[in-house]
Amino acid sequence: MELGTQLLQYLLSGLATGAIYALIGIGFSIIYNATGIINFAQGEFVMLGGMVTVFLLKAHHLPLWAAIPLAVLIVTLVGFLFERLAIRPLRKATPISLVIVTIGGSILLRGLAMLIWDKDTHSLPSFSGDDPITVAGATVLPQHLWILGITLVLITLNKWFFSHTISGKAMRACSCNPRAAALVGIDVRRMVLFSFVISAAMGALAGIIVAPLTMTSYDVGGMLGLKGFCAAIIGGMSSGLPTVLGGLILGVLESLGAGLISSGYKDAIAFIILLLILFLRPQGLFGKPESERV
Amino acid sequence: MSTRMMTTALVAAMLLLSTSLACAAGTIKIGALFSVTGPPAFLGEPERNSAQMVVNEINRSGGIRGQQLQLVVYDTNGDPTKAVQMATRLIKDDHVVAIIGPSTTGETMAVIPVVEKDRIPMISCSAGSKITEPVKRYVFKTAQNDSLAVAKIYEQLQRQRLQRVAILTVSDGFGASGREQLKALAGRYGIHLVVDDTYGPKDTDMTSQLTRIRASQAQALIVWGTNPGPAVIAKNFRQLGLRIPLYMSHGVSSKKFIALAGAAAEGVKLPSGKVLVADLLPKRDPQRAALLAFIRDYQRHYRTEGDHFAGHAWDAVMLLKMAIANGGATPEGIRQALERTRNFHGIGGTFNYSPTDHAGLTKDAFVMVQVRRGNWVLAP
Repeated sequence: MELGTQLLQYLLSGLATGAIYALIGIGFSIIYNATGIINFAQGEFVMLGGMVTVFLLKAHHLPLWAAIPLAVLIVTLVGFLFERLAIRPLRKATPISLVIVTIGGSILLRGLAMLIWDKDTHSLPSFSGDDPITVAGATVLPQHLWILGITLVLITLNKWFFSHTISGKAMRACSCNPRAAALVGIDVRRMVLFSFVISAAMGALAGIIVAPLTMTSYDVGGMLGLKGFCAAIIGGMSSGLPTVLGGLILGVLESLGAGLISSGYKDAIAFIILLLILFLRPQGLFGKPESERV
Repeated sequence: MSTRMMTTALVAAMLLLSTSLACAAGTIKIGALFSVTGPPAFLGEPERNSAQMVVNEINRSGGIRGQQLQLVVYDTNGDPTKAVQMATRLIKDDHVVAIIGPSTTGETMAVIPVVEKDRIPMISCSAGSKITEPVKRYVFKTAQNDSLAVAKIYEQLQRQRLQRVAILTVSDGFGASGREQLKALAGRYGIHLVVDDTYGPKDTDMTSQLTRIRASQAQALIVWGTNPGPAVIAKNFRQLGLRIPLYMSHGVSSKKFIALAGAAAEGVKLPSGKVLVADLLPKRDPQRAALLAFIRDYQRHYRTEGDHFAGHAWDAVMLLKMAIANGGATPEGIRQALERTRNFHGIGGTFNYSPTDHAGLTKDAFVMVQVRRGNWVLAP
């Protein structure tokens, strides 16, 4: 097989993985923009999405089309409760203590998942078969197309929500200046709650659409969360296109690195990028310094 | 105040005395170190279950020479540091006569100096060849050596005249040990490793590595890891349309692998302990009786299939039971009796320990199995 096909395969694999990082990364940035904190429990929402779906399929024998929306709903509720019980009571706290609260929350959620279900790895059936599709010598699975498609739809919805609805605009206002937003009558606390609900739902969906390819278990949240965080950092914590590009770039670089250099450095690549961005361009790869974050 | 303290001290002393008397009268304490939680929980949990099951059974049928067994289990979390602390606690506080476990090679290597110093026999449930090579006086093991599994695969490749082989191993203790053996034995079987690649235990996409392997024109691929990585690889392997024979390690020899990989598992071959295909073994197989009994008991107690990891602990407790019966309930007696074990037909294989061999198995402990129509069958 010649190098061209190989490169195309690396690129396609990378884009599919990157789309997931992008979805998770956007969850990070939505909460960051509404509250100024990094929610390290974002990865656990992803894990819960996959695990709840597996549980609904196996224990309650629901069909896939019913299990998925129900799982997203349940995880959204978890996100809602998480904000109510862990974040809101501490609204006067500094961002650093809230970040630590989210780390504690993530450990709690992971432990609960382990106790409620088990420590095993589970697989979900693919949405539409496992027959590979050939693209100029390289192959993708139908599930990859689902991932890319759903990511695209979610990103578009997200963009529309933040630029064209009152709630979305209100959330942006809170991120610019919570005090001024409160003065013009925006309920800042409700916007914070909103941000957790949206992030939980997006995380859950990300967890569900990757589970047929990557499997899921109670402890998948940690690494996926970190990769999503990297994507958000590359995108300068924007909840729009830059984070999506950040995720895709990360996915492709990982895939190229694993294919052309050595797979031993795959995770190292992500974290080296994270450090470089934080040192050299803390505003993100595409942002201008002091630019407004949306 | 001082009277009350005196009373407390007295009561405490009496309690201590009475428990130690109780021990001396009728129970033999054996310790167990399993990673019941943490990443290797898939090893530790079934091991703990089956060890407890066998100990209960021994006690129900009258114990060993009239003495009851008591199993003290500590969870090591898969952490070597914790394993060492717990081993010390078993020896110094619980005064056990022997230790079963730990579950992983890394933990076992860390605990070895402790048991060697305190002269307590230990039967490890982990696979790494270096545990018993060179032989340590007090350390035995029940899990089959990686080298035996590698030899089984290479033998078949040699028969089929496949020489250009790619290996893909997981970057943890299990994979590193497998990789070492794969590289060390390749020459002996005339095998040329054209790609030697690795993947991370938490990786979710291995198409990059497989694309490279496809380009290398390898004639067969050997994957060394534990779930879920190999299931992901099997899926990626089918996705890329690779047609070469796909071999895996005994690390995924369970129904779980087929459940995870689904249709992609079809045709995968691996060397496995016989427990996976116990019902398909010929009637004359000496292990058959033990295997079927183990599977039945485990199913009854835990409502799930006993895998070969559970079998490692089953073997360890049974070996200890025989050693205590033959050599007495002292660490040195157990050690000497273990070394005299001959033809014990267990779950992992037929054990023959000796002063120069504390692993006790040959490559006959493995059979080649293959996935056919969603089930494991004996491979031709």
